[in-house]
Amino acid sequence: MKHLEISGQAEPVASAPPLLSINELSVRFRTRSGIVNALDRVTFEVRPGEIVGVVGESGSGKSVTAFAVMGILDAAASITGGSIHFEGRDVLGMNRRERDMWRGSEASIIFQNPRVALNPIRKVGQQIADVLARHSPASPSAIRQSVLDALRQVRLPDPEKRQSAYPTELSGGQCQRVGIAMALACSPRLLIADEPTTGLDVTTQAVIMELIRDLARSRQLGTVFITHDLALAAQYCDRVVVMHAGHVVETAAVSELFSAARHPYTAKLLRSVPSLVDRLEELQAIEGSLPDLRRVDLPFCRFAERCERRISLCDSAPLSLAPIGPNHCVACRNPL
Amino acid sequence: MSPQPVLEAQDISKHFVLKGSGDLLGRNRPVLHAVDDVSLSIARGEAVGLVGESGCGKSTLARIISRLVDPTAGTLSMSGRSITDISSARFVRSDLRRKIQMVFQDPSDSVNPRFSVFDIIADPLRQLCRPATKAELVARVREAARAVNLAPELLDRFPHQLSGGQKARVGIARAMIVDPELLVLDEPTSALDVSVQATVLKLLARLTREANVALLFVSHDLNVVRLLCSRIFVMYLGRIVESGPTEEIFNRPRHPYTKALLSAVPTLRSGRTGERVKLEGEPRSPIDPDPLACRLVGRCPWQQQRCTAAEPELAACGPAHAVRCHFPLD
Repeated sequence: MKHLEISGQAEPVASAPPLLSINELSVRFRTRSGIVNALDRVTFEVRPGEIVGVVGESGSGKSVTAFAVMGILDAAASITGGSIHFEGRDVLGMNRRERDMWRGSEASIIFQNPRVALNPIRKVGQQIADVLARHSPASPSAIRQSVLDALRQVRLPDPEKRQSAYPTELSGGQCQRVGIAMALACSPRLLIADEPTTGLDVTTQAVIMELIRDLARSRQLGTVFITHDLALAAQYCDRVVVMHAGHVVETAAVSELFSAARHPYTAKLLRSVPSLVDRLEELQAIEGSLPDLRRVDLPFCRFAERCERRISLCDSAPLSLAPIGPNHCVACRNPL
Repeated sequence: MSPQPVLEAQDISKHFVLKGSGDLLGRNRPVLHAVDDVSLSIARGEAVGLVGESGCGKSTLARIISRLVDPTAGTLSMSGRSITDISSARFVRSDLRRKIQMVFQDPSDSVNPRFSVFDIIADPLRQLCRPATKAELVARVREAARAVNLAPELLDRFPHQLSGGQKARVGIARAMIVDPELLVLDEPTSALDVSVQATVLKLLARLTREANVALLFVSHDLNVVRLLCSRIFVMYLGRIVESGPTEEIFNRPRHPYTKALLSAVPTLRSGRTGERVKLEGEPRSPIDPDPLACRLVGRCPWQQQRCTAAEPELAACGPAHAVRCHFPLD
């Protein structure tokens, strides 16, 4: 692999108390065909001003983690263990009303498909006004002003005119800007971006990602950036959390993860990214697929059945994420 | 490059006349220029990439080349023989249909959910080649499945029982079973995880090598195109703005749009040249574009007066490298 160049990091203070800390979070889904162990003891932290990338294949539990933090999991899901703390407050212990007020004003989410996430029959300005009105009592004129400010801040061209547009009248990139404006309207301190650029063109993607990064830096927003695109994570994140089949398998500073991955899965994932290799021959697929999470006999390490470095210890005892270097944790018995 | 290209497109245009204000007789209605005067040729066994933003006309062009829609103007020929004199409705039954096959974007949406994998793969063979015996049909389906590394036991399953990567391979097997000369792939890997995408890309590379099939690979993912294709066409608002060997396009893009596109691609590779080039705003409307201006006007950071006075022609700027710009970059 070639020498890696990581751009755009202003080191967030590692010693600052975490804004969000997820500790041993486990989530299950009841389905007709059995219980799905979607998340198992997921643990990571986000500091103010830090962009944490959560990467993994589809089905690895990235979005479930985001939804669990926001409290918008499907009714079939239940949190079976662990805790989520926001500035020291127990998020899972909040009652419904507290959680509803917390969501939107202190923690916000940007969804994957902006066209689907927006209400198609309501003007985009009104949709932002709805969020503002719910969280802060203000006069209609103050809210109108805040809507314009929110749209200006995401650099939507001609906000006075565009605020009266319906989502169908805007391009995909413009819709996502509205989604970001809505998420940031009440000045939250935590932003979760769930694949915010999927379906957008690369040029638009670059603009949206730079916008998210600038806002995270200027407002000291703790940001969780969920993506399956490792190159994108490398370019815009400070730290990366790698997930596989509901487990966090590795967390590290972005430069370290991409230059010295320790978990066999991370290493394999990196070798399957087209932008990291020069020739097609160097590209490698990961054999096998994610284990069926409905299985009752799930192995301790859920990657073991696809792993070339499997040793007898892998199957003998439960595994948890352990430090292996400064700011670098890995869940593996036989790390690289 | 072989002297006789497997497919040659000459001045292909596709215009859609829109409803709306024309005069009383319905003249001068607005016209959407999806594809404008595109010429390209693909040699036997060659992998050619077609890249551009959504709405640039790349999928329309792919559909014209696969003869699913008729172009407004221009000609297509296969191995020197014109195929545009047969309408797309009649082309379905022509024996040439077999030679151009398509692989669609979403592997789940492009297969019949009530067909077994066997029937999905066998269908084109039944329609286009009419094998004499059942035994021959079975043998060829098994052979096609084997060529894309699809386990034989999967042939009895239905699409919903397959993973995304398996479905993508079914889509390729179905296209390859009739022994095409050209495979047109419209974003075949965009719905797949990277780990699975790698398998599909390697499979496609092997097919071009072993079956000598030519590929037209339509994608917005430049990193994928870079690995698979030897030549690239860059499209912007219906026009080819640059074409050339992959290596050259990546190392030395000459068109401002190509440069902007390349610099927006997230990458970790070192040796990335130059700063990020940003295009202002959104692409202009493809409806009745100004015939006297470059289509990038208003977004191009290097724009000059001449760009709004005349639209540049696609002109050679090196061996096999062409660019549509009055002031190509160095």
